[in-house]
Amino acid sequence: MGVEWSTFWPRIVEATGETIMMVILTLIFSSIFGILMGLLFFVTREGNILENKLIFNILNLFVNIVRPIPFIILLVAITPMTREVVGTTIGTMAAVFPMTIAASFAIARIVENNLVSVEPGIIEAAQAMGARPVQIIFGVLIPEALGPLIMGLTFITVGLIDFSAMAGTVGGGGLGDLAMSYGYQRFDTSVMVVTVVILILLVQVAQFTGNFLSKAVLRR
Amino acid sequence: MIKFEEVSKVFGTGDKTVQAVQNVSLTVNKGEIFGIVGFSGAGKSTLIRLVNLLERPSSGKVIVNDFEISSISKDELRKLRRRIGMIFQSFNLFNSRTVSGNIAYPLKLTRTNKQEIDRRVKELLQFVGLEDKADKYPEQLSGGQRQRVGIARALATSPDILICDEATSALDPETTGEILNLLKKINKEYNITILLITHEMHVIRTICDRMAVMENGEVIEEGNVYDIFSNPQSKTTQSFISSVLNDKLSPRLLAKLHEKPAARLYRVVFTGEASSEPLLSRVTRKHQIDFNIIYGSINELQDQLFGSLVVEFYGEKSEVDNVVKELSEIVEVREVAHHGS
Ligand SMILES: Nc1ncnc2c1ncn2[C@@H]1O[C@H](COP(=O)(O)OP(=O)(O)OP(=O)(O)O)[C@@H](O)[C@H]1O
Ligand SMILES: [Mg+2]
Repeated sequence: MGVEWSTFWPRIVEATGETIMMVILTLIFSSIFGILMGLLFFVTREGNILENKLIFNILNLFVNIVRPIPFIILLVAITPMTREVVGTTIGTMAAVFPMTIAASFAIARIVENNLVSVEPGIIEAAQAMGARPVQIIFGVLIPEALGPLIMGLTFITVGLIDFSAMAGTVGGGGLGDLAMSYGYQRFDTSVMVVTVVILILLVQVAQFTGNFLSKAVLRR
Repeated sequence: MIKFEEVSKVFGTGDKTVQAVQNVSLTVNKGEIFGIVGFSGAGKSTLIRLVNLLERPSSGKVIVNDFEISSISKDELRKLRRRIGMIFQSFNLFNSRTVSGNIAYPLKLTRTNKQEIDRRVKELLQFVGLEDKADKYPEQLSGGQRQRVGIARALATSPDILICDEATSALDPETTGEILNLLKKINKEYNITILLITHEMHVIRTICDRMAVMENGEVIEEGNVYDIFSNPQSKTTQSFISSVLNDKLSPRLLAKLHEKPAARLYRVVFTGEASSEPLLSRVTRKHQIDFNIIYGSINELQDQLFGSLVVEFYGEKSEVDNVVKELSEIVEVREVAHHGS
């Protein structure tokens, strides 16, 4: 057996494009939701600048429900919602929706954890200067935690490349889909090897970019 | 001006409460440097944090610049906080901002225009002696330099009051001296009222005008630094003062001195005018007895001399009694008992 490589390369390029698309779109959407949620999480925590038990507990409940669900299950379970929101359950956009849901909650936790590590005294110093909560969030909290935040987002990005492969198998396209349909179902090892190498390269690029950015922010 | 009126602060609820501050009444006058000393856990930090409402009082009133602060609105509180600079033991600088960025931050909060910010930052850098560090980050500075940045940042909005929570406790003795000088300069040049807390009596002695001693959440002694040093009432205050005056004999040496049958040990405390007169020699000569200074020190305190000496008198009992009586009319004289004091 084996595939006709001259016609197969364009398919690989296309699939790589789809994967990158899925990851980047998901990263953008989930960063917006995740960072907002994480911030809300942190500031409403007991003793913090906008302490609010109700909001904190609701958020906490949500995160604790969604986080433990294995992605592959979540992917299938929210299919009806995906159809509602995206209009279809097949294709790249249909994969981005469940990925965004899963990643947002993961990012929320990471953001919260990184903000907790900001010295409380620094926040207090800003309060003592008469800073408003919004000024503290954007002028102190985020800049102080930026290095670890970027590392956290990098970690998520690498995870998203993994998710995208899974989402691909249920009709999302991308490298995962390609590897599954050719490599797994048709027993073509060479296709499998090529897709795996590309996935590894993508992970390397993501990790390198993340390390570079966080280093630049941390100046070390 | 800062005024505490019967202020208490309780942490926690139910049976796990901590009474951090208990019924404190205290006035810090405009333009003075007021120091509060106390052991760890005495409630000093809690008390000072009540001034800018980082903690809310459980009961009582805190009055700052004629405002009863626990009843003011959030907006007014933010305005008031700009009138109160605060510095910390651990500096609490923004690591993501340069030295200039740290000093500029409080001004940015008030939307001051850029030129004005630059001018003010430059002026403050010069005042604290860090012109050459403007673009460095906090991690590139020494502890003393970091505290200078903290001070410059606290002064950015030209406050009337500066509160200092153990501002020198993380610094070595020499750097502590420099920072204390800087605080004194701030007090003098800008007429800023300073309220500081510390567990080091040395800090109080070096720069404070008035002081209070805290223990278990309460103020147990309060007054002029000179008066408290020369006449401490409570055991805690006495032990704080001994820590800097070094005027207590060790129990071993004391026991040895008391072994001599005729020895009569007295502590003579000189204050004010008396410390510059040849008092001891005049009185002992008159009654024809000898004396020997065993231990003690004479210190400068708020531009006055203050001495505390342990003296041994030799001679007829009646004559020694006369000497003690005569000295007591001018200075404080106490017989040193076997257990010291
Ligand atoms: N947020 C808090 N919650 C509960 N208890 C607190 C809180 N802050 C302080 N306390 C308690 O209040 C008491 C006084 O603490 P405080 O920090 O004011 O003491 P301090 O005199 O500043 O001590 P130190 O010299 O160690 O800084 C302590 O028993 C402390 O454990
Ligand atoms: Mg303290």
